[in-house]
Amino acid sequence: MNSIVYNSQPLIVFKKVSKVYGRGGAAVHALRGVDLTIMPGEFVAVMGPSGSGKSTCMNILGCLDTPTSGDYVFEGIYVGNLSRDQRALLRRHYLGFIFQGFNLLHRTSALENVELPLIYRGTPLEERRRRGLAALAAVGLAGWESHTPGELSGGQQQRVAIARAIVTEPKVLLADEPTGNLDSERSREIMELLTTFNRENHITILMVTHEADMAAYSGRQICFRDGRIDENQMVKSRVAL
Amino acid sequence: MIWETFMLAQREIRRNMLRSSLTILGIVIGVAAVITMVTLGNSATAQVSADIAKLGSNLLQVRPGQGFHGPGGVRSAARMFTQADAEAILAQISGIAAVAPASSRTTQAIYGNENRSTTVMGSTNDFLAVRNWTLATGRLFTESEMRSGKALCILGATVQKELFGGQNPIGNAVRLQKLTCQVIGTLESKGQSSFGTDQDDFVLLPLRTFQRRIQGDNDVSVIYVSAREGFSTEKVQRNIESLMRERRKIPRGKEDDFNVRDMKEIMNTLTGTTRVLTTLLAAVAAVSLLVGGIGIMNIMLVSVTERTREIGIRLAIGALEKEVLLQFLVEALVLSSFGGVVGIILGLGTAAIGANALGAPFIWSPGLVALSFFFSGAVGVFFGYFPARKAARLDPIEALRHE
Ligand SMILES: Nc1ncnc2c1ncn2[C@@H]1O[C@H](COP(=O)(O)OP(=O)(O)OP(=O)(O)O)[C@@H](O)[C@H]1O
Ligand SMILES: [Mg+2]
Repeated sequence: MNSIVYNSQPLIVFKKVSKVYGRGGAAVHALRGVDLTIMPGEFVAVMGPSGSGKSTCMNILGCLDTPTSGDYVFEGIYVGNLSRDQRALLRRHYLGFIFQGFNLLHRTSALENVELPLIYRGTPLEERRRRGLAALAAVGLAGWESHTPGELSGGQQQRVAIARAIVTEPKVLLADEPTGNLDSERSREIMELLTTFNRENHITILMVTHEADMAAYSGRQICFRDGRIDENQMVKSRVAL
Repeated sequence: MIWETFMLAQREIRRNMLRSSLTILGIVIGVAAVITMVTLGNSATAQVSADIAKLGSNLLQVRPGQGFHGPGGVRSAARMFTQADAEAILAQISGIAAVAPASSRTTQAIYGNENRSTTVMGSTNDFLAVRNWTLATGRLFTESEMRSGKALCILGATVQKELFGGQNPIGNAVRLQKLTCQVIGTLESKGQSSFGTDQDDFVLLPLRTFQRRIQGDNDVSVIYVSAREGFSTEKVQRNIESLMRERRKIPRGKEDDFNVRDMKEIMNTLTGTTRVLTTLLAAVAAVSLLVGGIGIMNIMLVSVTERTREIGIRLAIGALEKEVLLQFLVEALVLSSFGGVVGIILGLGTAAIGANALGAPFIWSPGLVALSFFFSGAVGVFFGYFPARKAARLDPIEALRHE
């Protein structure tokens, strides 16, 4: 908790953010007017039952998706006013995303996958190599850099996806169940890594998880229920801490 | 940036070898087909022109009847010429190198047990000159032999081979109908004409001998005239026309009952035909190029799920729409122009082998090569780039969700 600076500007603000999929009778209300404030340097665990809107919320936070209504303010900027390209640049320079389904490039080596965000940042080849290898080593995949996703286990693929998200040292790391496919030993290692990232590099982290053990690493927990943030649950977890 | 994109594209291509090869296969086959067809067509056209030039390009043919009925076509109703007509042309028209009156008929040539149905041609030594024939062995007719109509003959290469095999025919006697005549010479072979007829299949007799002993009249069915070097064949042709009208007493306003043809006209008719054929073949080949393009589109559609996800990933980690599109454009261009180059090499190779087999000259057109190259590029862009553009305009999350 000591890393949270309460009197600074909020990093992320959600104002009554809603997301509706489909329309008419088949409409699904994935988010129902979510208000959320994240301060710089926070490590937040996002919990809640399946289908409660966690991934939807993360996708909007990651500028991959746009809300049906409401405002998303990132560092004082209204994201809804940005163009497609401006949002892409925001993703490129400030955000790191670990997808629930990994989303690695097929037939592309682990190292090349990890280097990909650096290519779009215009990082020179030498530095790209160095940082890519370092990121892979950090997730315990040293020596696996030339393997393609098809040659890696689910857990290894997940760790490549983590390495790709952290290699750029983003301002905000959005992790959708980053330990979902890992054993408890590996999960703990990854959580240690993320905690170090959060403490030492002052990277703000939002992490979706189903496991209380993992959520325990965070500084704050928020719980989704049916497209809303469940205040009671939040208080309860705080008390538990 | 461009270099990075190029490297990225070629890595992507190599990474997806099967997809890439299937994609370019269509272009390779299409381009190769177009190049082969058109090049072979051009070679055939050149072959026909060369063959006709061998007949003598400054050659005129004066025949009874109207219009051109193809080689040897004669209208029976029209009056024939006489040797006097030929002599008048030589004497009264300037710019003429040689005149050869000729008549012919198909008959059996017999030597010993061998016999062959062939064309017996009555003419003069000048016939050989105007039609570019050269003696292989023996000699020509002498002036007095011609005048007195001696029973002598010169054999074309085919007749010689059929009747005598390896034997030397000079001095031997060949029977043509009731006429027995002595062989005094043989001709060099010219081979098949481009119309497929055997040019060497004939026996040459002095015109007088042919008229008296074979045909039984004084008719001349064709007069070959060769214009002298540097003289306009058109002018010679017009002069012959007016001389013949005068000699044949055709009143003003009545049509000619004969025709004078320039070999150039005949050449144009025939090369025109082969050109039409070339165009037709090229059209067929172009269809195959289009089918190749549709093949590419199929491959692209099959891989669109994978590609859309890839585009989604790139967009999600911060690629701009135009960066992704540039990559796909370069990829499509590299692939299709590589396919184009392979197709061009393959097509030219096939055409060279084909031309060699036909004995035609191999003539390739740089314009065609350039056109095929650009066309293959266009096919690649059209079928490879546009599907990618559709994907790049999606929201990243939609592209990622694409199944
Ligand atoms: N593309 C979509 N089209 C229609 N409905 C969708 C779409 N994506 C999500 N939903 C719906 O929105 C709701 C929230 O989905 P979301 O993926 O955010 O859940 P989640 O909390 O991440 O669940 P999980 O823990 O299983 O990952 C669900 O009811 C889901 O069916
Ligand atoms: Mg989810």
